[in-house]
Amino acid sequence: MSFSWAKAYEPKTGFTRWIDERLPLPRLVYGAIGGGYPVPRNLNYFWNFGVLAGIFLMIQIITGIVLAMHYFASAEGAFNSVEHIMRNVNAGWLMRYTHMNGASFFFIVTYIHIFRGLYYGSYKAPRELVWMLGLVIYLLMMATAFMGYVLPWGQMSYWGAQVITGFFSAFPVIGDPVRIWLLGGYVPDQATMTRFFSLHYLLPFVIAAVVILHIWALHIPGSSNPTGVDVKDEQDTLPFHPFYTAKDGWFAGAFLILFALVTYFAPNFLGHPDNYIPANGLSTPAHIVPEWYFLPFYAILKSFTVDFILDAKLWGVLAMFASILLLFFLPWIDKSPVRSGSYRPMFKRFFWLLVVDVIVLGWAGGATPTPTVVAVSQIATAYYFLHFLVILPLVSSFERTLPLPSSISESVLHGEAEESAPLGTTPAGPAGGSRAATVN
Amino acid sequence: MVRVIGFFVGLGFVGVLLISFFVNVSDYISNPTEPSAEHEFHKHAKSLALASDGPLGKFDERQLQRGFQVYAEVCAACHGLGLVAFRDLAALGYNEAEIKKIAADWKIQVPSVNPDTGEAATRKAVPADTFPQPFANEIAARAANNNAFPPDLSLITKAREGGAAYTYSLLTGYQRPPAKLIKEFPASKPGPGLHYNPYFATLNLAMPPPLTTNGQVSYADGTPATVDQMAKDVAAFLVWTAEPNLARRHAAGLAVVIFLLFATVFGYLAYRELWSSAKRQVRITGALEPKNQAKSRSAKDKASIKG
Repeated sequence: MSFSWAKAYEPKTGFTRWIDERLPLPRLVYGAIGGGYPVPRNLNYFWNFGVLAGIFLMIQIITGIVLAMHYFASAEGAFNSVEHIMRNVNAGWLMRYTHMNGASFFFIVTYIHIFRGLYYGSYKAPRELVWMLGLVIYLLMMATAFMGYVLPWGQMSYWGAQVITGFFSAFPVIGDPVRIWLLGGYVPDQATMTRFFSLHYLLPFVIAAVVILHIWALHIPGSSNPTGVDVKDEQDTLPFHPFYTAKDGWFAGAFLILFALVTYFAPNFLGHPDNYIPANGLSTPAHIVPEWYFLPFYAILKSFTVDFILDAKLWGVLAMFASILLLFFLPWIDKSPVRSGSYRPMFKRFFWLLVVDVIVLGWAGGATPTPTVVAVSQIATAYYFLHFLVILPLVSSFERTLPLPSSISESVLHGEAEESAPLGTTPAGPAGGSRAATVN
Repeated sequence: MVRVIGFFVGLGFVGVLLISFFVNVSDYISNPTEPSAEHEFHKHAKSLALASDGPLGKFDERQLQRGFQVYAEVCAACHGLGLVAFRDLAALGYNEAEIKKIAADWKIQVPSVNPDTGEAATRKAVPADTFPQPFANEIAARAANNNAFPPDLSLITKAREGGAAYTYSLLTGYQRPPAKLIKEFPASKPGPGLHYNPYFATLNLAMPPPLTTNGQVSYADGTPATVDQMAKDVAAFLVWTAEPNLARRHAAGLAVVIFLLFATVFGYLAYRELWSSAKRQVRITGALEPKNQAKSRSAKDKASIKG
């Protein structure tokens, strides 16, 4: 466990002692998400999104298992089996709409979680592996979501499968064989459906396993915090339970209200009407667009329009893969020793520019590709790569950062963190008043 | 090393993007996109208010019955309703006997086999059947409809941008093609068997105007059957066919949101109580709390202890 003052599990009843001596599972849970995990006391509400992502993973797995009991993975029957779920299965409409919107909300909370990590430098040493495992989860989520979107076998399912597996055919020589191997044929059909269904059922459990590794790796250095300053002693932390379970609990309720509002009152708001038309390989929709959470990447793909040495399509596909893969190198690209963006004035401006940039990319990915939209997405794509590969290394070398508080409890006492937590039951030690570290 | 490689990879992508950008812009300047007929003449759906709108919307059973009558007497000749069963009509307020009669009297019969010879035959529909398809297959449908394929209407209000308002607008939107359109875009003049309708994406569609005269349907409830009324009613009916559980979903949603509101408020109060009790403890025991510091100073002063 991370800190020496972390409380050890003490069984309270004879029964739990009996269990603990034979299988220390209660001990493991206590140390992972119970009173035995000390967490910095100054976490703000952006730190709630990791737990929320876990909640949405569970919602997806539970509703998905129920849907799989009624769903029929066949090119002839899939569309009607989804409608059978919507119309004839008891509460089937609830399971299906929850699963459909649950995917969107899983991505919403994951994106907030990722951008929180980007702003507060959560990817920096010693949490590089936490960050990289998180990216692995994100990649698995994308694969799962894409295959799940194909399963209802509507028009967008079918043509989305065509377009996305078509990425691979951009690669010379191996491209087409790889695409045919993935689809199990020349076009999406029965073989595609059954393998996508099989993998769509498998991958969430792989995600759950990587989530365990993600949390395990996180518990070695412990959670980061808004100041980015390392935990020094016990007064900097509070036990996860009951303090953060209470905070996560009420916030999860508030966020689930938002989820319920969309699921019950605007369930098709985030979807596309064309997916209520059964798949038809002979009729191409006017605009093929992926689900909203892929739109920024779709814009990157489409913004390469000129054959320059390589095919434009290959440039687009390479850039799209690179846009995610580069995040794996972030811990070594950003060399600044200061973690938190709050103490990095120059970084902070570029960070917000990146947020706007990704939103613009999302808009451009969904819009009809007129020359203006293409031009906007080209500029936005260029900024995306400039930000991570050029600006970030330069900023981290030249930036003058602000003085850091000498400890977490000091920043709390001086009200520097907005979501400051109270001091715990232990008397606060001498938190040196004006000792402030300046880091360049 | 990572940074150096990254730097050049980044510059590579940006360089290709710059070339793409300039080629794109110069293309646009040399061949600006010409205005299209669709861009100039396509109209967005008219607004339509239905009882099922809004977060607490419920279906108006009488309107759904009228809409069903329009479907049965007009639309059903060409459009199927393959995902809806006769038994589902109970939601419109028909009783069991009425549903049996509707099914048995339905103009199109259900494909079946002759129990004696095994030859293909048809039989009368029963409540458990879904609405029979008007054509045996797509080829038959196209042959009978000038090579156009009338789509199944079960999900139509969810499968079109604009939903019920689009359906209503399309049904009431037929008109003569404007003179300006024919003058400026001769190619967009409706071809043989096509009909001009500005609410349709390509402006010309194969479906002839289905609702043409007031009183085309005589409503059982005596409502005057204007074209506008019939279009509204059938749009409302098609909202129901696409989303039969809408009212139940709204009711369940209200209950869930109220439950979550209570749970969240109680959760928040528990959170505040928990964290402020820790804060109170700090006030009493915390050495750095200014009040406590002042107290200890004055106590020290009184006891004339230094330091």
